[in-house]
Amino acid sequence: MVAGEQQAIFAVFSDPDGDAGGVEVIRTLSMAGFGCIEVGSASDLIRSKPANGWAGTIVAIAEDDAKAATAWGFCRDSRKLDEPVMNTLVLISGSNLPELAERHEQFDDFIIAPFHPSEFEARLGHMLWRSGQAPGPETVEIGPLALNLETYQATLANKPLDLTYMEYELLKFLALSPSKVFSREVLLNRVWGYEYYGGARTVDVHVRRLRAKFGEEHAHLIQTVRSVGYKLDQTR
Amino acid sequence: MDPQYDYVLKAVEERRVRLIRLWFTDVLGQLKSVAISPAELDSAFEEGVHFDGSAIDGFSRVQESDVIAKPDPTTFELMPWADGGSTARMFCDIFNHDGTPFTGDPRHILRRNLASAAKEGYGLFTAPEMEFFYFADGNPNHPPELLDSGSFFDLTTSDVASDLRRRTITVLETMGIPVEYSFHEDSPSQHEIDLRYTDALTMADQIMTFRLVVRELAMEQNRYASFMPKPIAGIQGSGMHLHLSLFDENGNAFHDPDKQYGLSDVGRAFTAGLLRHAHEITAVTNQLVNSYKRLVNGFEAPVWISWAQQNRSALVRVPVTKMDKPSSTRIELRSPDPSCNPYLAFSVIVAAGMKGIREGYELPAELRQNLAELSPADAAKLGVTSLPASLSDALDAMERSELVHEALGEHTFEWFLRNKRAEWTDYKAHVSPWELQRYLPSW
Repeated sequence: MVAGEQQAIFAVFSDPDGDAGGVEVIRTLSMAGFGCIEVGSASDLIRSKPANGWAGTIVAIAEDDAKAATAWGFCRDSRKLDEPVMNTLVLISGSNLPELAERHEQFDDFIIAPFHPSEFEARLGHMLWRSGQAPGPETVEIGPLALNLETYQATLANKPLDLTYMEYELLKFLALSPSKVFSREVLLNRVWGYEYYGGARTVDVHVRRLRAKFGEEHAHLIQTVRSVGYKLDQTR
Repeated sequence: MDPQYDYVLKAVEERRVRLIRLWFTDVLGQLKSVAISPAELDSAFEEGVHFDGSAIDGFSRVQESDVIAKPDPTTFELMPWADGGSTARMFCDIFNHDGTPFTGDPRHILRRNLASAAKEGYGLFTAPEMEFFYFADGNPNHPPELLDSGSFFDLTTSDVASDLRRRTITVLETMGIPVEYSFHEDSPSQHEIDLRYTDALTMADQIMTFRLVVRELAMEQNRYASFMPKPIAGIQGSGMHLHLSLFDENGNAFHDPDKQYGLSDVGRAFTAGLLRHAHEITAVTNQLVNSYKRLVNGFEAPVWISWAQQNRSALVRVPVTKMDKPSSTRIELRSPDPSCNPYLAFSVIVAAGMKGIREGYELPAELRQNLAELSPADAAKLGVTSLPASLSDALDAMERSELVHEALGEHTFEWFLRNKRAEWTDYKAHVSPWELQRYLPSW
């Protein structure tokens, strides 16, 4: 196909019967000359994919907790597809801003609802420019540990570290917020992302497995914070 | 494509893996393997690998014997000791051609039993104490020759066995199988490695890996490692004590600080289920003729169906746990031995325990006395019965068991009984050196 000046098309995820701001998003996108398709799940991203691909996604986070969780689930899933959809702009109310703190890997920019159309347009423009320019971080390094986010390779003291997918995902999650303590429940919810029998115990099992693979010398990289949870930290 | 598949494909490329072993287990608990090259991996994930199952124990069926092995990407691990680290393995689930799970696949049988417990909100966690012998001669067809004369907790740092054990632990940990403790066991040449708890399906996979790693590393040194339950008469045999607990969404369902030994009503009912169905499940947890030579008085193996907190002759023990660690409340089932098929053993164990919970079984009274000296008359007075005395007795109890029939499913239940009856018939016709020694001079 000949690449030409094609209309950039965004996927819009919003609460269909709510007031999260989906209607304003669609109006603003079309005023700004962008195309948009409403989606209800990450699999819709595959089904309704435009010929020239998605320019990005706009996700309206509802006030309601359960609906907000679904929206965040969509953000996470859309980045785990075979062809991940990046450029996620999150529309969020001022009172929900704290939710952003632990989810930096799930969106690229945010805007507070209700929003001003020209700010919305400016943010979209900047997000598109940035994605065309600089790629995201390719490697994360914490002390002797290095993760290549492109190839999934992990090394410890320059030696390859062979991890299973879930071990890798857990380690990546901890490594993206070094020194920050996460509870077992948060880790389960954010890394596994679904109800898992055995619950928080699963997190303990994976942490112990990671420590076994680190070996005695580096096992302390993942620290247990008593009655709170775990953190990745290179200080002893 | 599932990101898990993509992850494995990338790892194979990055780590220059040359061979991928697809593992599965037959009904008797023997590890089977099909090797594929990295180029075939994509289609193995999408369509599976077809093979003729008729040569594999418990896989054969009258009409169709073609089955499909589908690798489970969550189990992808490099095998650090094999072929300079360029080989990896994955466990497989086995399917029929119409896409339905193959009912003779032990991994599927365990999945099914765990799913039924999960439906009621419980996940089973297990931690085994693996006992085994190292023999000096690498050829198992020669009589077993002890490698050392150490005993319990002996610090025999210089000997071959300790080096072997240390190297084994390093390999296990590199493969994501954390080790809790390891030590020299009671008998000469006997060793124990305790694995750290994990969910039952993963643990069954880990036990299969464990047995292979222990044996292959011993073979590298021209030694022989054996999980035979009682390789040498007169000294302790090898058991596989199992620590068991159920977790629900609130944490450890076996823990209740207000109850005796911190064991909750759920834990008590699960234990009651194990005790009441102990006769029926023993053929699966102790599947060899030889298994019953371990289950005799005087060698710290259980004989009587009882429970206690501290009693080492009890079938089920409730280990003392630290008060501030509710997650470690558990029970210890002491009958299984390391020759069992772990998938099938966990299946009948979770089925028996869950039946106790579902039907609210009452736990009988604790028996604290040393049961090794119990006479049959005393036992009758206490209302205690013993575990099956032979494989034949155990098969009789299994054959009458609806619980085991349901847990294993028709196909595997029938096949197991048929196969094990044949093993017993074979054994019964055998004339042993013991008989010759004892009878030939007098008769």
